Amino acid sequence: MTRLKPADLSRIATPALLLAAATFLLVASLMSTKFALFTVQGVAEGMVYGSLGLALVLIYRATHVINFAQGELAVLTTFIAWQLIQWGLSYWEAFFATLAIAFVLGTVLQVAVIRPVQHRSVIATVIVTVGLFVLIDGIIAWVWSGGLDFKALPAPFGTGIWNVGGVLIPHYYAGMVGVILASLAAVWGLFRFTKLGLAMRAAALRPAAASLAGVRVDVMLAVGWGLAALLGAVAGLMAEPPAYNILEPNFMLPILVYSFAAAALGGLESPGGAMVGGLGIGIFLTLLVGYVPQISSQLQLPFTFLVLLGILLIKPSGLFGRREVQRV
Amino acid sequence: MRRQLPAFASLAIVAVVLVVLPFVISDYNVYLAARVGVFFVAILGLNILTGYTGQISIGHGAFMAVGGYTTAILSRDHNTNLILTMVIAFAVCFVAGLLFGLPALRLSGVYLALATFALALSIPKLPLQWTGYLGGSGGIHTVTIPSNRWIYVTAWTASGVLLVLAWLILRGRIGRAFRAVRDSAIAATASGVEIGVYKTLAFGISAAYCGVAGALFVMASNGFAQQDEFSVNLSLTLLIGAAVAGLGSLWGILAGAAFVGLLPEISASVPYIGHDYGKNIVYGLLVIAVMLVVPGGFAGLLARLRSLVRA
Repeated sequence: MTRLKPADLSRIATPALLLAAATFLLVASLMSTKFALFTVQGVAEGMVYGSLGLALVLIYRATHVINFAQGELAVLTTFIAWQLIQWGLSYWEAFFATLAIAFVLGTVLQVAVIRPVQHRSVIATVIVTVGLFVLIDGIIAWVWSGGLDFKALPAPFGTGIWNVGGVLIPHYYAGMVGVILASLAAVWGLFRFTKLGLAMRAAALRPAAASLAGVRVDVMLAVGWGLAALLGAVAGLMAEPPAYNILEPNFMLPILVYSFAAAALGGLESPGGAMVGGLGIGIFLTLLVGYVPQISSQLQLPFTFLVLLGILLIKPSGLFGRREVQRV
Repeated sequence: MRRQLPAFASLAIVAVVLVVLPFVISDYNVYLAARVGVFFVAILGLNILTGYTGQISIGHGAFMAVGGYTTAILSRDHNTNLILTMVIAFAVCFVAGLLFGLPALRLSGVYLALATFALALSIPKLPLQWTGYLGGSGGIHTVTIPSNRWIYVTAWTASGVLLVLAWLILRGRIGRAFRAVRDSAIAATASGVEIGVYKTLAFGISAAYCGVAGALFVMASNGFAQQDEFSVNLSLTLLIGAAVAGLGSLWGILAGAAFVGLLPEISASVPYIGHDYGKNIVYGLLVIAVMLVVPGGFAGLLARLRSLVRA
């Protein structure tokens, strides 16, 4: 019998932890209807955090930059979808048209404003994305008159509700999870099975070697931004449950912080980690607010901040990240 | 000495203009000029952190909130003299900055940006939770509401004092250590600079400056501390102001402060994009343009002009 070495332990720690968490959620959901309700809601919301987190991870992997405008970009594309629907497109026509627009927008932004500063410094790049944040915010407010009048997207999956043994599951949640999973599968397939995906991975991981092998690294980075914007658009469109889907310019702001936490929990480098992190944050927050009456929804953000800080301090590489060694 | 003559001359001119200004402009414009002073202090503080030690913060509005609420609560509960509350806000935020700076030691680059961004969004939520002590969404009033002229004099006196203090800190041993940390952490350590101490200290100092700015901000808002005035947009505005001013130099701060302090007024009168939103479009476009075209900001532009003149 071989003894477990610490290295083995740390390798199985994450899967073991996840398995334990999943088992706990399942057992508790079977025992308590209330718990199951919160968990279902947490999963649905967590999917949104995860897909925006994945958008952040895609960009971080390729350029080691966090796009602070990712949330506002998602808001902008959601407003565009609303506008398209106003102009007479059906929800799903508008949905796919918006994804295409988001892709183009992301690509253009990367080429126009990110590429020139990308190699200068982290601070310069962050400031540019902050500038984008404010700029997009202003454009939304200007074009859609402050977004103050009532605007709502139609409910794409109806407003029906399933009753599964006392647990109420809105159709919307199922549709939302389905759409996000489908978009994830598409992105995963792209990276895993296509030449383009291979080139993008190469450009992100080893830019110098990739360019020697004939990959247009700058084109790949631009496409990466386009994909991230596309995923953000999916997150934005799916973010608001039909009960209160009033579009307003800042609706992605808390979601952006949750997805930061999701991405950090997953290690900022790991796409799967971002999804798992998103689910974790979503479930954690709904359970927290659901079961601890002293904590109102006002405290969701401060709590996420503490969780984020905790993750960054205790395990900066997250659950799935590689450890980057740089000692000073 | 001779080489520094133009610098001293321009400082003297700015000082004289600031002294004369309140006598020749309307009361409302005095108020606007006072607001510029508030942003001057805040951007100065942020620049010490981001410009001189290379630690980015997208969350210094949070420290302004702490300073502003310190002033408002002290005035509400103890009717404390407002000048004294500024000093206390300085001290409170210095400690708050050190406390945040300690965990932030282990973060750098984008990680620090993430943490500070989350901080900026979190702090304004707290008054909504503890509505009794922190005033809820209605905010807190100070007992005395100073006149615009009083705020102007206070804000610019504070700006002057804090500018001199910053200059003294940055020109000496501490400033050299700050820049060493920014330029190369490894080289700094090798030369015996305790990185942790200086990074934390920079956080404390810059937070203290923003605390004073927050106190002044509350006074300039009719003595009204309100949580949504300290939203994440305020933090972003500070970073934009610092970038426009030029990171790592004290010469552009007046321009950065004037830009973020006055732009909302100007863009409100511009047709089409006017209203309240126009300013965000201009903020965003301009800061991106600055980063692309003149990365050194206004200070960088000045330096370039100076070398042109000398050549």
